[in-house]
Amino acid sequence: MTRIDAKFAELTAAGKKAFVAYIMAGDPDYDTSLQVVRGLPDAGVDVIELGLPFTDPMADGPTIQLAGQRALESGMTLKKTLAMAKAFREADDTTPIVLMGYYNPIYSHGVAAFLDDAKAAGIDGLIIVDLPPEEDSELCIPAQAAGLNFIRLATPTTDDKRLPKVLQNTSGFVYYVSITGITGAAEAEAGDVGPEVARIKAATDLPVIVGFGIKTPERSEAIAKISDGAVVGSAIVDLIGQGQSADDVLAFVRTLADGAHRA
Amino acid sequence: MPEDLFNSFMNGPDENGRFGDFGGRFVSETLMPLILDLEAEYEKAKTDESFWAEMDHLWKHYVGRPSPLYHAERLTEHLGGAKIYLKRDELNHTGAHKINNVLGQILLARRMGKTRIIAETGAGQHGVATATVCAKFGLECIVYMGAHDVERQMPNVFRMRLLGAKVVPVTSGRGTLKDAMNDALRDWVTNVRDTFYCIGTVAGPHPYPAMVRDFQAIIGKETKEQMAEAEGRLPDTVIAAIGGGSNAMGLFFPFLDDKSVNIIGVEAGGKGVNAKMEHCASLTGGRPGVLHGNRTYLLQDDDGQILEGFSISAGLDYPGIGPEHSWLHEIGRAKYVSITDVEALEAFQLSCALEGIIPALEPCHALAHVMKIAPALPADHLLVMNMCGRGDKDIFTVAKALGVEVDAGG
Repeated sequence: MTRIDAKFAELTAAGKKAFVAYIMAGDPDYDTSLQVVRGLPDAGVDVIELGLPFTDPMADGPTIQLAGQRALESGMTLKKTLAMAKAFREADDTTPIVLMGYYNPIYSHGVAAFLDDAKAAGIDGLIIVDLPPEEDSELCIPAQAAGLNFIRLATPTTDDKRLPKVLQNTSGFVYYVSITGITGAAEAEAGDVGPEVARIKAATDLPVIVGFGIKTPERSEAIAKISDGAVVGSAIVDLIGQGQSADDVLAFVRTLADGAHRA
Repeated sequence: MPEDLFNSFMNGPDENGRFGDFGGRFVSETLMPLILDLEAEYEKAKTDESFWAEMDHLWKHYVGRPSPLYHAERLTEHLGGAKIYLKRDELNHTGAHKINNVLGQILLARRMGKTRIIAETGAGQHGVATATVCAKFGLECIVYMGAHDVERQMPNVFRMRLLGAKVVPVTSGRGTLKDAMNDALRDWVTNVRDTFYCIGTVAGPHPYPAMVRDFQAIIGKETKEQMAEAEGRLPDTVIAAIGGGSNAMGLFFPFLDDKSVNIIGVEAGGKGVNAKMEHCASLTGGRPGVLHGNRTYLLQDDDGQILEGFSISAGLDYPGIGPEHSWLHEIGRAKYVSITDVEALEAFQLSCALEGIIPALEPCHALAHVMKIAPALPADHLLVMNMCGRGDKDIFTVAKALGVEVDAGG
């Protein structure tokens, strides 16, 4: 059982929905970013998605693109991202960390070495945007064998015929992308998302978390109400991009987490 | 059985879109169903005679194919070795090989009922070809172009706008071809129902590398027939320039199983293939990685971050290369070399002076390599170089490089 499985078991037992927060590792620099990550559990975050910076984030909108650029300009790398996770783990051994990003930095590092290093750093799961089920042999299967969760994205274009293939090697939770589009785009209607979440839940026992386009505590609550939890990324990253202090960022995160937890 | 199919170099890709370890389908889940649809539609079209009949008709009457295979007598005489032929794809409508592929993809888009076409472009040649074919068929056309390229290729930007296309300057990243491709993919992921992504080279997720190659293979097929007619045999060497590698793959593919034919691809060496990465030579200066939907050789740093290429030729300014080239490189069926900006400029001037052909800077890289190897080859060595584009678009760049002031308004 990974920290992710344990966390969802705990939330289910308490009758609570999950709040998942994304930030880009090293944005705007290592120290500020680590300060934000360390404050996330106290702000009510159940699962941390830690962005792995990449020069060519094809599925991300301007907010996450710029965050990645800031991180890379400050000298962030895959190794430093794992070091940040390890530093977080010194004081927190329960909050799950999911590393989210693109495949090339991992492939460049070497898959076997990456899995060893990620495990040692206390990473619990991976969301790798450009690895669909068709490329499972690359990282998904080795990651599961190494005891890491591999979390898959399901999208509005994932029809009933394709859904089993997407769910087959997924573990931890399923991330439903509520819109066809990039991160930080317009929000989806909760009315449209409900039936989609129900469709996915009918095909899996895993928790279904919804993200893309959630920017306010109200939306966080509305989405969590019709699913197992909400993910917010761009709205938080925007504040970091504006140069707000770690405390101000965390105060905003708390309002989003409270929203999801009210659901 | 004339050919041993199991040992053929022409069977790729496999059902997963792989050429050996290269290629594949590294895209987000939102796009995955779309590329599977495209693959199914292309598989149907590939064996549909009416599809190819329409292509042949358009190639002949709209593009002006077949393009000539021209014996460059003065160049041959000047270099004093191999007999040099130029495959004249710069004479195509829109001035480059790009339209061969665009026609195929737009016919597919029409079969799939897609009404909105998106494309990425670097130098603007693929953008112009796409805008052209969209105008002909009355389709909405949006071209993503790096803001930096928009600035240095204004004539092509204006051409695209005249043809009714919307040109979107891309400011994300550093505003070059790879960023334009990122933004085109972002558009596609947002507009999944009505949009067809017309990729300009033999890269991207499967089936693009194979599909674009098949559309460009008309170059090699014609060359084979024309050479048989002119000389009664196969050429000894075929040479082409490579950015993403579509004109080269088009020329090479029909010759892959003709073991006697030397195949040479020429990458852009920029200021020289050195540690400072001031070049676009993915095979000679990069290593395998995953970008834009495929695994291939890429310019990247130790952390797997993608580096910007550098070349005088905007059309070669891409940090990757088609996956089939990566495979041909690794198995050794084709040889890949690089040529610097300075060498390409010399070739540019030689082509103008000796053959009366103003070439695009892209094929000048291939010509520069011809200049290196032709003198040492015997007179009966038949060498074909793909003159894949004309140089009108490049005259300002060349003038600047030669220190000449050109007043565009004069």
